[in-house]
Amino acid sequence: MAPLPNGWEMVVGLEVHTELKTATKLFCGCANAFGAAPNTQVCPVCLGLPGSLPVLNEHAVDLAMAIGMALHCTIAPSTFHRKNYFYPDMPKDYQISQYDLPINSGGYLDLPDGSRVSIERAHMEEDTGKTTHLGGSGRIHGADRSLVDYNRSGVPLVEIVSGPDIRTPEQARAYASELRGILIATGASDGRMEEGSMRIDANVSVRRPDAPFGTRCEIKNLNSLRSLQRAIEYEALRQIELIEDGGTVRQETRHWDEVAGETSTMRTKEEAEDYRYFLEPDLVELAPDAAWQQRIREQLGPMPAARRAALSALLSHPQPAQLDAIEVVVDLELDEYVHAAAAAQADVAIALARAANEVAGNLESRSNLTTDAFSATVLMEQRGELSATQAKTVLGDVLASGGDPAAAAAARGFEQMSSDSLSSTVAGLIDANPDEWQRYRDGDDKLAQFFIGLVMKATKGQANGKSVIAELQARR
Amino acid sequence: MSNVLRREDVAKVATLARLTLSDEELDLYTEQLSKVLQHAQDMNQLDLTGVAPTAHPFGLKNVVRADVVTPSLDHDAVMAMAPDAEDGRFAVPRIVGEAP
Amino acid sequence: MKSAVDIARDVNAGASAVEELERSLASIRSRNDELNVFLHVDEEGAYAAARRVDEIVAAGGSAGPLAGVPVALKDNLCTLGVPTTCSSKILDGWRPPYNATVVDRLRAAGAVPVGKTNLDEFAMGSSTENSAFGPTRNPLDPARVPGGSSGGSAAAVAANMTPLSLGSDTGGSIRQPAALCGLVGVKPTYGSVSRYGLIAFASSLDQIGPFAKTVADAALALEVIGGYDPKDSTSLNETAPQLLATLDSGVAGRRVGLVRELVEGSDDDVTRSVDRAAAVLRDAGATVVELSIPELTLGLSAYYLIAPAEASSNLARYDGVRYGLRVDAEDVAAMNEATRTAGFGAEVKRRIMLGTYALSAGYYDAYYGQALKVRTQMIAAFARAYADVDLLLGATTPSVAFAFGSKTNDPMAMYLNDVFTIPTNLSGEAAISVPFGTGEADLPVGVQLLGPGRSEPTLFAAARVLEVAEGR
Ligand SMILES: [Mg+2]
Ligand SMILES: [Zn+2]
Repeated sequence: MAPLPNGWEMVVGLEVHTELKTATKLFCGCANAFGAAPNTQVCPVCLGLPGSLPVLNEHAVDLAMAIGMALHCTIAPSTFHRKNYFYPDMPKDYQISQYDLPINSGGYLDLPDGSRVSIERAHMEEDTGKTTHLGGSGRIHGADRSLVDYNRSGVPLVEIVSGPDIRTPEQARAYASELRGILIATGASDGRMEEGSMRIDANVSVRRPDAPFGTRCEIKNLNSLRSLQRAIEYEALRQIELIEDGGTVRQETRHWDEVAGETSTMRTKEEAEDYRYFLEPDLVELAPDAAWQQRIREQLGPMPAARRAALSALLSHPQPAQLDAIEVVVDLELDEYVHAAAAAQADVAIALARAANEVAGNLESRSNLTTDAFSATVLMEQRGELSATQAKTVLGDVLASGGDPAAAAAARGFEQMSSDSLSSTVAGLIDANPDEWQRYRDGDDKLAQFFIGLVMKATKGQANGKSVIAELQARR
Repeated sequence: MSNVLRREDVAKVATLARLTLSDEELDLYTEQLSKVLQHAQDMNQLDLTGVAPTAHPFGLKNVVRADVVTPSLDHDAVMAMAPDAEDGRFAVPRIVGEAP
Repeated sequence: MKSAVDIARDVNAGASAVEELERSLASIRSRNDELNVFLHVDEEGAYAAARRVDEIVAAGGSAGPLAGVPVALKDNLCTLGVPTTCSSKILDGWRPPYNATVVDRLRAAGAVPVGKTNLDEFAMGSSTENSAFGPTRNPLDPARVPGGSSGGSAAAVAANMTPLSLGSDTGGSIRQPAALCGLVGVKPTYGSVSRYGLIAFASSLDQIGPFAKTVADAALALEVIGGYDPKDSTSLNETAPQLLATLDSGVAGRRVGLVRELVEGSDDDVTRSVDRAAAVLRDAGATVVELSIPELTLGLSAYYLIAPAEASSNLARYDGVRYGLRVDAEDVAAMNEATRTAGFGAEVKRRIMLGTYALSAGYYDAYYGQALKVRTQMIAAFARAYADVDLLLGATTPSVAFAFGSKTNDPMAMYLNDVFTIPTNLSGEAAISVPFGTGEADLPVGVQLLGPGRSEPTLFAAARVLEVAEGR
C-alpha cells in the first residue's frame, strides 16, 4: 500500500490459531477429521459431559514443540488453565488453554525480505464446536436460532502470538504466508485457511514514528491473506482519521466484514469477559524432557527459507520467474522432484517449471509420479526427445495413471526424433526457402520462428524447438 | 459488622455466573458471602510471602495418551440427550454477540 | 445383613446372588419411603447383574471378589443408561451414556449395583438437606441428619439396605456421614481411585471411597475400585495397595500423634471417644504423642475458597444447551441464565457465587491465590508431623448427628462442621473414620485416623485395632 498519511506508522501483531494434524482430539480419542456428519465425532470428554476428564494427546505435544522449534522458541515446563466464559459452542463453558506458562515462548520468524518478527509465545489449547445460524442472513446477526455441531470441539490448536513488530499490510501478509509454510513444513498443520484450519486475528494500532504504542484494536474474522491485508489497511486508516479528527481510539474487539470491506465494533473493553483463569485441576504439568525434545528436533525437516535457498543454489543466476516457481515448489512441498532432477543431471530450470506448473496443477495425484519418472521426463525434453508440449502431456499422463514416461510417450505416438532426422529435415527446409535463410543468416533472428514453424509442420509437432534453433545456429 | 462484599459486587458476580438473583437473594447472599470472606481473613495470620501456591495435591508430570482413535458415542445416543435438536445438531435460541 | 466379605465368599461358593439381591431390595422397600435413601433403584439392571454372577458361578467360574454384593452408588457417579442427577433439578432425567470407572470395576468384580443414593446437591453440604429431592433421614434416628454430602450412601449401609456403598469426599463427605451413621468411611489418597465418571464438585479435592459396617468390607471395596486409570490424568500410576492381607497387622511400634486441632471444640462425648481410642492404640503397642498443628485451623478458610472456585467452573457446563434441564428464553444467554436459576438450589448458587468472586479480576490474589498458599503451608505442616509420627488421630466431627434444620440458616455454622475433615482433602492424603463409642442420645461417634499419601495399609490396620476393641 501507499505510505500512511502525515507520517503515521501502523503497529501490528498477529495471533494465528492453527489446528494440528493429529489423528485424535487434544483431550480425547475422537477422530480429528474435517467434514464428518455433525456430532458423530463426539464422546463424553469433548461434549463436556458431567464426570468426564481430559487426557492430553502426546502427538499434539510433539507437533506443538515442532512449531516452537521451527520458530526458534524456548521450550519450557508448561501448565494448562481454564479460561471461563459462557458460549454455546464450548461444551464445558471453559476453554482449556495454556496461560502464564506456555510450552513455547520467545522465538522469531525471519521473512523473505530480511525483516524479523518476534514470536512471544506459541501455546496449546482446544478448539470449540461449530455453529450454524438459521433465519436472517445466515450470519449471527438477525438469526433466530442456531445449531451446534461439536465435532470440532476439542480439536488441538496452537496459538502463535507475534510481537508488535509488523509495520505494513504487506509484511503482515508475508508473515502469515511464511508462518503457513512453516506450519506445513513441520507437519503440524495443512494450513488450509478456507477450511478454518488456520485463523488469524490482528492487533492494530497507529503512532507517530518513535512515539509510544497507541491504543490497539483486535480485528477478528480474517479468513484469508487477502482479508488480512485489507483489514489492517482499513483499520489503520480508520484510527488515523479518528485521531486526526480529534477523537481517541477505544480499545475494543472489531469484526472484519469482507463484503463491506470495513471493520465494526464487536465488543468494547468494558464489555470484555472476566475469564477467571485458574490452573486446570484435571491436568498435570507438561514438561517434556531433553530426550523427548531431541526426538522432535531430529524429525524436523528444513523450513521453507532453507528450502528456497537450496533450490536457488541449483541455479547460477535465478530469474524472477524461476524464483516464483521456487515459491510454488516450496509452498506445495515439491522440492524432492526438483532435487531429484538436478541429481540426475537434468536441467533445473526445466524441472522447476514442470514442477511448479504440471505437478502443482495435479497435486491430488502426485503419488502417481515418482521422482525418477519426473527426472526422466525432464531429461527426455532436454535431449530433444520430447518437445515442451509433449513433455507436459507425458507428465499429465503419468500423473493421471502412473507408469513410465517413455511408455507414456510411446502410447501417445511421440516418436523419438533422432538428431539425424531433424538435421536432414532442417537441411531440406533451408534448401526450399533460400531467401528466408539468407535473411536469417544476415541477423534477422525473427526468422528462427519461421523455420521452427516449418519444422513443426513437417514433423507434426514432434520436434523440439530448442533443438531446431541449435540446428539452425549450427548452419548459420 | 459491615459486609466485606457490596451488593453490587454480588450482582456483578451473579451476571458472570449466569444466575438471576431476586432483591431478597441479593441481600441474603451479600450478608452470607461476606461472613465466609470475613472468616477467610484468618489466613492473613500466616506469613505467606514467598510461599508457592499449590493447586494440585501431588506434582504429577507429563501424563499423556497415544494419538490413537477410540470409538465416539453413538450419534442417536448423543442427540437423545439434547433439550432441542435439528438436523443432527443441538439447537439453541439466537446467539447475541460473537465468541470472545 | 451379612458382610460383603461373607456374601462374596458364599456366592462364589454357590449361594444365590439373586436371593441376596432380593433381601437387599426388600430392605430398601421397607424403609426407603421413610428415609429417602435411594433416588433411583435399578431393579432390572441389578437382577441382570446378579443373574450373571450366578451363571458364572454355576459354570464353575469365580465371579470376583465382590460376587453378588449389593452396592449403593452415590448419585454423582455416572451409570450407563441409569438416571444420574447429583440431586439437582438441573440433571433431572439425564441418563449418562457411560459408566464411571469405579462402576465398571465394581461390576467386573461381581458386585451388583442396586441404585443411586441421595446427596446434597452436587455434593455441596454436610447434612443431605440440600437435595432437590428432599432430605435423607438418619436410619439411627430419623429426626436427625445422616450427615453429608454422601448421606444417602451412608444411610443405605446403616439401614442394612446394602452392605457396601460408594460416596465421594471433597471436604469430609464420606467420613462425616460415616461418623454420624456409625460406619467405617474412607477418604483414599488423592489419585488412588479414578475420578473418571464422578461428577466433579472440586476436582483437586474430590475422591471416591467406600462406606461399610466393617473395616474389612471397606478394605475389600477399596481394593476393587482403586488403582491406575488412564482416563484420569491425576490417577497415580501404581498398583492399588492390598489392604486385606495386612488388615490384622496391628499398630505395635507405630507412632500416633493425637492432634489438638482435630479435637478442639468437640462435644465432651466426642473428646472422650478420641482419648479412649488413643488409649486403645497405646495398649496395642503404639506410642501416642500429643501434638499441635496450628495450620489445620486455617484449612476451613482455604477450603471454602478453593472448592467453590473449582466448582464455579465445573458447574458452568449446566447451561441448558446439551443435556439436562432447559428453561426457554429469547436468546441463548437468557436461556443459560433462566436454566441455571431454575435448576440450581440455594447452596449450589451460594458456592458458585463465592467461587466466581474468589477468581474474578481484582480478587484472585486476595482470596483464591491466598488459599493456594495456605494449602502449601498445610501440606508442609502435615509433612513435618509425619516426619515424627506414622499416623494422626482426632475426631471426625465435633458432634454426633444433629437435628434437621439446626444449621441450615447459617452457612458458616454448617461449614464449621467440616473443620476436622477438610485438611486431608487439601493435602490429598488418606484418612478413615471408624465408629468408636457413643455420645448424646446413644448415637455413634466417629474417630478419625489420618496418614500420609499411600498410607492406607497402615490406616486400615489401625482402624481394625479400634474395631476389635469395640467388640466387632
Ligand atoms: Mg486462544
Ligand atoms: Zn471426544
